[in-house]
Amino acid sequence: MSDIKKFMYLNRRAPYGTIYAWESLEVVLIAAAFDQEVSLMFADDGVYQLVKGGDTSDSDMKNFMPTYRTLGDYGVRHMYVDQASLDARGLTTDDLIQVEWEDWETEEEVDNIVEAVDTDKVSELLAESEVVFSF
Amino acid sequence: MKFTIQVNEGPYQHQATDSAYHFTKSALDKGHEIFRVFFYHDGVLNGTRLTSPPQDDRNIVNRWVELAKEHDLDLVLCVAAAQRRGLVDEGEAERNGKDATNIAEPFRISGLGQLIEGAIQSDRLVVFGD
Repeated sequence: MSDIKKFMYLNRRAPYGTIYAWESLEVVLIAAAFDQEVSLMFADDGVYQLVKGGDTSDSDMKNFMPTYRTLGDYGVRHMYVDQASLDARGLTTDDLIQVEWEDWETEEEVDNIVEAVDTDKVSELLAESEVVFSF
Repeated sequence: MKFTIQVNEGPYQHQATDSAYHFTKSALDKGHEIFRVFFYHDGVLNGTRLTSPPQDDRNIVNRWVELAKEHDLDLVLCVAAAQRRGLVDEGEAERNGKDATNIAEPFRISGLGQLIEGAIQSDRLVVFGD
């Protein structure tokens, strides 16, 4: 399969409370093997998936938050965050983790692929994606 | 047009599985191709043959089975989601030391790569869920 498509994973759920966020992450990790052009979008309660300092030790849940920091190594090029969803929850990008990215072939480096975007940009990014996985 | 369908919710609990079924059936009736139907999250519960709904209700599992037999549909349950939720075929029963199977043929259990492949190979991926 040589076709390369623009993949977008739309994450709208809080990291805990339901399994959607974790099972979405499993798809992203597996899909890395397929070498597609991959972006993630976090909106609504999905923005909580990227809030740093999460601690699940009292809840008997696996803390999968560290996995998000490794996504740059799994072929994820962009992690977009809906600014309006941050605003509505009293969050800013300072509350979010940073994710590094490096192109192994060209050695191009990006310090942080997490980027807040406005509502028009969210629509534009979703519209230009060829595949949208919604979780 | 060629479609891959993703079903994210369990039967009866949520309309997503009904909508996915009707979409799939209509697309086939209109002459479109369904590359694959992939069941994820609680959607894997669509594939248990032990489902016994009341007589006056639709049988969601049998409905998928009949549609699949009629159109040679590829119905795939995600293996990781299936293991968590107790969906077992003979291979899984052997691997995980379980004393029973409950998969409704022709549903089959396979990996998430099947979803990604479907998204790549199809003109559209249509996701049914909340």
